[in-house]
Amino acid sequence: MDLQILLLLGQDGLTNGAIYALLALALVLVFAVTRVIFLPQGEFVAYGALTLAAIQAGKLPGTVWLAVILGIAVVLIDGGLALKSGNLKRLPRIVLGNLGLPLVLLGLISGLEAEALAALALPLQILLTLGIVVPLGPLLYRLVFQPIAEASSLVLLIVAVALHMTLIGLGLVFFGAEGFRTQPFSDGALEIGPLLLQHQTLWILFASAALIAVLYVLFERTVYGKALRATALNRTGARLMGISTTMAGKLSLGLAAFIGALSGVLVSPMTTLYYDSGFLIGLKGFVGAIIGGLASYPVAALGAVLVGLLESYSSFYASAFKEVIVFTLIIPVLVWRSLTSHHVEEEEE
Amino acid sequence: MNAAHEPKPVLEVSDLCVAYGKVEALHKVSLRIREGEIVTVIGPNGAGKTTLLSALMGLLPYRGEVAYVGHNLDAHVEVEERVGQGLTLVPEKRELFAEMSVEDNLLLGAFHRYRSGLRDHAQTMEEVFALFPRLKERRTQAAGTLSGGERQMLAMGRALMAKPKLLMLDEPSLGLAPLIIKEIFRIVAELKQTGVSILLVEQNARAALQVADYGYVLETGEVSLEGPSHELADDPRVIETYLGLGGKKTA
Amino acid sequence: MMSAKLSPARAILAAFLLFLVTGPLWLPEFHVTLLNYIGLYGLVALGLVLLTGVGGLTSFGQAAFVGLGAYTTAYLTTAYGVSPWLTLLAGLGLTLAFALCLGFITLRLSGHFLPLGTIAWGISLYFLFGNLEWLGGHTGMTGIPAVSLFGLELKDSRSFFYLIWVVLLGAMLATRNLLDSREGRAIRALKGGTVMAEAMGVNTARSKIVIFTVAALYACVSGWLYAHLQRFVNPTPFSINQGVEFLFMAVIGGVAHVWGAVVGAGLITVLKQWLQDLLPELLGQSGNFEVIVFGLMMIFVLHRARNGLWPAIARLVPAQKQERHAVAAAEPLPRRQMPAAGTVLLQAEGVTKRFGGLVANKDMALTVQAGEVMALIGPNGAGKSTMFNCISGVNPPSEGRISFLGQPVAGLEARDIARLGLSRTFQHVRLLSGMTVLENVAIGAHLRGRHNYLAAGLRLERAEEARLLAEAARQIERVGLAEHMFDAAGSLALGKQRIVEIARALAADPCLLLLDEPAAGLRYLEKQALAELLRKLRGEGMGILLVEHDMDFVMGLADRVVVMEFGEKLAEGLPEEIQKNPAVLEAYLGGVE
Repeated sequence: MDLQILLLLGQDGLTNGAIYALLALALVLVFAVTRVIFLPQGEFVAYGALTLAAIQAGKLPGTVWLAVILGIAVVLIDGGLALKSGNLKRLPRIVLGNLGLPLVLLGLISGLEAEALAALALPLQILLTLGIVVPLGPLLYRLVFQPIAEASSLVLLIVAVALHMTLIGLGLVFFGAEGFRTQPFSDGALEIGPLLLQHQTLWILFASAALIAVLYVLFERTVYGKALRATALNRTGARLMGISTTMAGKLSLGLAAFIGALSGVLVSPMTTLYYDSGFLIGLKGFVGAIIGGLASYPVAALGAVLVGLLESYSSFYASAFKEVIVFTLIIPVLVWRSLTSHHVEEEEE
Repeated sequence: MNAAHEPKPVLEVSDLCVAYGKVEALHKVSLRIREGEIVTVIGPNGAGKTTLLSALMGLLPYRGEVAYVGHNLDAHVEVEERVGQGLTLVPEKRELFAEMSVEDNLLLGAFHRYRSGLRDHAQTMEEVFALFPRLKERRTQAAGTLSGGERQMLAMGRALMAKPKLLMLDEPSLGLAPLIIKEIFRIVAELKQTGVSILLVEQNARAALQVADYGYVLETGEVSLEGPSHELADDPRVIETYLGLGGKKTA
Repeated sequence: MMSAKLSPARAILAAFLLFLVTGPLWLPEFHVTLLNYIGLYGLVALGLVLLTGVGGLTSFGQAAFVGLGAYTTAYLTTAYGVSPWLTLLAGLGLTLAFALCLGFITLRLSGHFLPLGTIAWGISLYFLFGNLEWLGGHTGMTGIPAVSLFGLELKDSRSFFYLIWVVLLGAMLATRNLLDSREGRAIRALKGGTVMAEAMGVNTARSKIVIFTVAALYACVSGWLYAHLQRFVNPTPFSINQGVEFLFMAVIGGVAHVWGAVVGAGLITVLKQWLQDLLPELLGQSGNFEVIVFGLMMIFVLHRARNGLWPAIARLVPAQKQERHAVAAAEPLPRRQMPAAGTVLLQAEGVTKRFGGLVANKDMALTVQAGEVMALIGPNGAGKSTMFNCISGVNPPSEGRISFLGQPVAGLEARDIARLGLSRTFQHVRLLSGMTVLENVAIGAHLRGRHNYLAAGLRLERAEEARLLAEAARQIERVGLAEHMFDAAGSLALGKQRIVEIARALAADPCLLLLDEPAAGLRYLEKQALAELLRKLRGEGMGILLVEHDMDFVMGLADRVVVMEFGEKLAEGLPEEIQKNPAVLEAYLGGVE
């Protein structure tokens, strides 16, 4: 193999690895704060990519309806609770907070002609996409995970799997079985020595690095970010400070949805994505997260990049077996984890 | 017997019952704390002291009346809401954020005020540092690397960041060496000057009775004895409760 | 086990069996096929009941084991013409090896790593099946021969029906038998009671591997049946999605019940059939939309009815008056030779235990002799329970020598120390709250039986089982809880639960008993009864080491007392000496003069 191919594969692996790293960070965050192993993370990727594709095709993406319906469900439940306890002052906030954005976006998009929607500037389209997909995170947390927030992590995992299946099925309803690609952020390529870097590749690397930097600042410098970290470190301690675990859960799933949707938007010009493509992408982020023991952010990100590289090189040498190789990697990782972690088993019913 | 000139009660608990499943851990406990007062609940291991504080903080369901600054706190009021109303607990296990710095731990103590738009945490932190100079020296250190005494100070400092009306301390002396215990209790006494009311739960009966104005003895989930703390300190029945020297209790 | 009168539950069971026996004779072909699939899926779900519902271990990868069974027979029968019965053995062998390897790796990990691991190898195997040319790639393999039984070729679904259901019902019976046995109790302890089970002598790692392997073998058999029913295989039915669906079946049906597997498999299979027709028509496009419904159903079940449908169904059947007949008398189990009174049973020296930087025990020493009650007291957080855990091997010491009956035990596993004759109770009661008092206490006698899983599944160990239960019953009567023998342990008051713990410890026939706060939560009269019992045990030559806070109780009972503070020994002596010791008074009451 010559240097050219080696570099090309490396570039490929690095690009995918950057996306996996973002997903791994989201997974570690959600697990640390809520104890949910958030398998549906990949669905946010697919939803992000396909929502953007629908907008670019001038269509109303089904995900808007999902956001509206989930919003209505939350308003009914929380509004009902507020009425029951006679807390009428909270009603406007409940309605606006859960249903405001989805309804505005629904009105906005259905008010536009198909051509006008498709002709919107790309940044606006991306903004719309994020506006649709990100609220799904907190809404799903409220409906699916908050009622069983104190359940064992195994129950939470099974619920996460069930949610994953549901979202996959809904993805098929919304987007159909065929795959889509979106327009690249900018055309062209950059030549560095023997390397030809697509602009989209640069966008991905740049956006991942920027996002990681933003997350770092969020967790290290802002009070809300610190509150999230505190919840992850010590739930009881955090509650005693008045940090509501529900708020923390919604916030972390909102971040996860944001990271997922943005990842989808970033990769969709590079590869054709289908309604169920998110799962495997998310799982590869997972392998990275597990390398980090679901606890360490830097190790998880590094592990994810490693997964990207491994995938890229194995697709060259044994393309049929690339998934086998990537997912079998988890076994030695688990062995290594089992030898290094000596924690007393949590005894739960 | 509430004379007009007496300070108003901050917390009035009557007939509080807490059960774990079918097992009753607290039975009809009643107590009262007035503004600016230190009240201690002492008693041997397993008497239900921690259960009492957990229930008052909203961490455990309970039955009975809990009146806090005049209004009724029913069991459904969430922990977060209680914190917002100026009720704070320094738990027995401290529950610090071990991997975060001392400063960040303190900052999060003011989280609820920050969220409500009261952003005076910088000044409050200076007040806490004045009370615990040791914490100022260690402000950038991770909480997990502190010594036992410093952790207790941090836990108390963090609770004070919320500017509480009622501070509840669960076994602040637990596992600490005598000299440190002395320091902690000195600070508890000093806190009284700032006007905060304190509910102090302790196994270390003598030290607790020294700083407190009033005391309750809790035994197997019930209040067995109460009185001004200087009277309790000399009551031989307190020693009996702890060391089983004297007469038999009837079932 | 024949009862004279047919109870409603038995009548329903008989009707169900009659339906199964006659079904293929009058049901339309389509329904027979559906029932065949229910049987095949039910077998896999049954494995998950054992693994997840009873053992608390979650697997999403069972479909891969089904594939292993199916592909083994498909390959060997088509490529080499091997008899299907031999390929069944080959498949079982391969699955066994595979499950043992995977189990050995993943079962050592805590909680959530196992299910994640199962997802990963589930996906790996699926892609492997689809990418190996010699397994037919994604198109699969055809021409798999029919199974013949007693010269009869099971070619159509009606004849195959009987094979499937005989296998499934047999597996259900064996599983139920296994769970109602000595090893079965150990398996039931895996969910939330591993520390206790280890202290009672159970090798929990082994129990986990066993149920993991059994579940894999059930799945493998299902795959073998599937291959010979379909007569061709391709990778699709062995994907991770199918693995998830198996788990859905078990959870929705009732993951803690053998019948839950059948109910879940039936419901999901029928529903899937129906939804696959209905939904595409409703939505105007084709696709597997039923996963939306299944996913929502799962979320609902886990929110509202975590035990699944079976308990709700079982409630519909009028409850038969459960005759709580006494435990049958049986020949007593052999007893251990008790050491002579005064023999040093336990000797601990220089025991230090660190947790990170925290020193919980520092240079502790104590001895216990046969026929004495030694009390370990001290204020909260003095390190008494830590010392107990060091001695009993639950959490071995960082440094120091501990010998039991002259044999060094520091660093041995808790179950090996238990085997030598040490038994204990826990400060935080560790009973299996859903099991009866009798079953809980019988776990204590675990080391006094020897029959294995296979014998239990086939009911070849009934004589031993009767002796174990009789021993448990004897100990329950001895501690005065005979009236509660068949109550769920969790329904007892906390004080009584502590007494159940003592009965469980006694069922192990120990010569040294470690009791962690046995009197907490007891009323005065109950405390007196407990003290009486302990005196009697002491009289029989047992050594007793006791942590207790009730000083009346301690001082009236103990022969010697050791006082701990800050993880160290503060004082040692006779009860009267300790009560007068000023340092002890100080430790308890504090004071900062």
